[in-house]
Amino acid sequence: MRDTKLVASIREAIVQSGLKDGMTISFHHHLRNGDYVLNMVMEEIAALGIKDITINATAIFDVHAPLIDHIKNHVVTKLQTDYMAASVGGVISKGIMDTPVEFRTHGGRPNDIAEGRTPIDVAFIAAPISDPMGNCSGKYGKSACGSFGYPLLDAMYAKKVVVITDELVPYPLVDWSVSEVYVDYVVCVDAIGDPNGIVSGTTRITRDPVGLVMAAQAVKVVEYSGLFKDGFSFQTGAGGATLAGAKFLKDLMLEKGVQGSFVMGGITSYLVDMLQSGCFRTLLDGQCFDLKAIESIRTDPRHQEVSIYQYAAPDACSSIVDSLDVVFAGATEIDTDFNVNVHTDSNGSIMGGSGGHSDICAGAKMSVIITPMFRNRLPMIRDHVTCVSTPGKDIDVVVTQGGIAVNPKNVELKERLMAAGLPIVDIFELKEKAERMTGKPQPVPHGDRIVAEVISRNGGIQDHIYNVL
Amino acid sequence: MADIIKAASAGTAEKSDLIVEVEPCEQGVEIELESVVKNQFGAAIEASVRDVLEQCGVKNARVKIADRGALDCVVRARVETAILRGKE
Repeated sequence: MRDTKLVASIREAIVQSGLKDGMTISFHHHLRNGDYVLNMVMEEIAALGIKDITINATAIFDVHAPLIDHIKNHVVTKLQTDYMAASVGGVISKGIMDTPVEFRTHGGRPNDIAEGRTPIDVAFIAAPISDPMGNCSGKYGKSACGSFGYPLLDAMYAKKVVVITDELVPYPLVDWSVSEVYVDYVVCVDAIGDPNGIVSGTTRITRDPVGLVMAAQAVKVVEYSGLFKDGFSFQTGAGGATLAGAKFLKDLMLEKGVQGSFVMGGITSYLVDMLQSGCFRTLLDGQCFDLKAIESIRTDPRHQEVSIYQYAAPDACSSIVDSLDVVFAGATEIDTDFNVNVHTDSNGSIMGGSGGHSDICAGAKMSVIITPMFRNRLPMIRDHVTCVSTPGKDIDVVVTQGGIAVNPKNVELKERLMAAGLPIVDIFELKEKAERMTGKPQPVPHGDRIVAEVISRNGGIQDHIYNVL
Repeated sequence: MADIIKAASAGTAEKSDLIVEVEPCEQGVEIELESVVKNQFGAAIEASVRDVLEQCGVKNARVKIADRGALDCVVRARVETAILRGKE
């Protein structure tokens, strides 16, 4: 009989796990910008003198800026991630790493782990609550984050699994997400994160009039798409305009008496409201964004936790994105071939990543990009995007405040929307319209060194990101 | 059509706006430009500033721009306002 898997410290867990130079470790980002765990683990790994580590993380946030020193000191020599915020991305873009970053999508990452292409030696799971055998969950505890969609797969496939918690309860935890069968070690620390950075108290929709106009137009596109009927399924991001879209969609569903099947998310209070108002039968949740979402997943059986593998993995027998009707997504740039950039800013510096963008746009029957014609004088519709994050073949409609462009492959959809009286414009016209207001931007040259590879959800290299000058 | 006689400014530090500061200069026009879109529009902004100075008959001025992505019409309006205030 095994008494417990408890070890005294993160350092002890690292030593016992057998972590050595050149190995790969994984992290998940449910604690978002409040996460302490990645930094605490990396500090101990550095102190132990371990070098040449590959980090495979679902996302790197601004709070993870200490990584830059670990990279400079060769503790970390390779990064694999689905998203990288600007504080780290901006430095990576200067070319400080010898090996390019590998960007995957939220579907591609677990797919490659499950297929053995990107094996993980040690997975570190930041768990808001755990028992001494490692049954753990995100739904409870002072650092609660709600859904635990990301670490479920890492736990199954990593050679060793370390659960790091700040709320240890007697065996067995009630309502666990990650099961003890996968867990090797459990460490209890004072705090795994800052609750203020983990979730928002409330998520608010935009008050920006341009954002509201775009959201209203996007919902009209849904209404007249031919997809808006009972059983309708939907996903939206948590950005200002897309969130406003969810609110307007709720009003429309109630007015027309349409009941949808499911919402996939990234769940916010607005989507919980839609569930509670009867707009949808269920919420499928990979990650909670605010306190109301956490409360809902804890208490409402219709609000279901799903693994990121089931959400989006292209080699799964099926995944949730395959059953999506409509998705709202954003863009930092889009081009006249409908390719979307969400990895870099217009200077070519890394400030994001696909996350699930490519997965949902590929899976959904209709993907709607909501973006203003320009942001801070930078036109968002370009001849060529700086980086192809999601290929144009997977983008169906672009909604801006200056008109709606439909991908020319969607002949029937375009006719439907025109018949409904929506302001449909050619994407080239939209580009010119934006440039009449902003002026034509000078091209920004980049260096000749590859700092990141963008790997498509199906595994091929889709684009390269070069160093900024 | 006098030159700038005192330091003056116009604009705000909001996104899509800019702050223009003008002050007297012994000889010629000196422009100091800071912009979030300098790579894309730095030359265009400087050209607009020189154009407005000329239209206002200002031959000598030191102009400092802190731009957060203002459209050209905004750049021109802010520069013109700063000049008028600097001439009062």
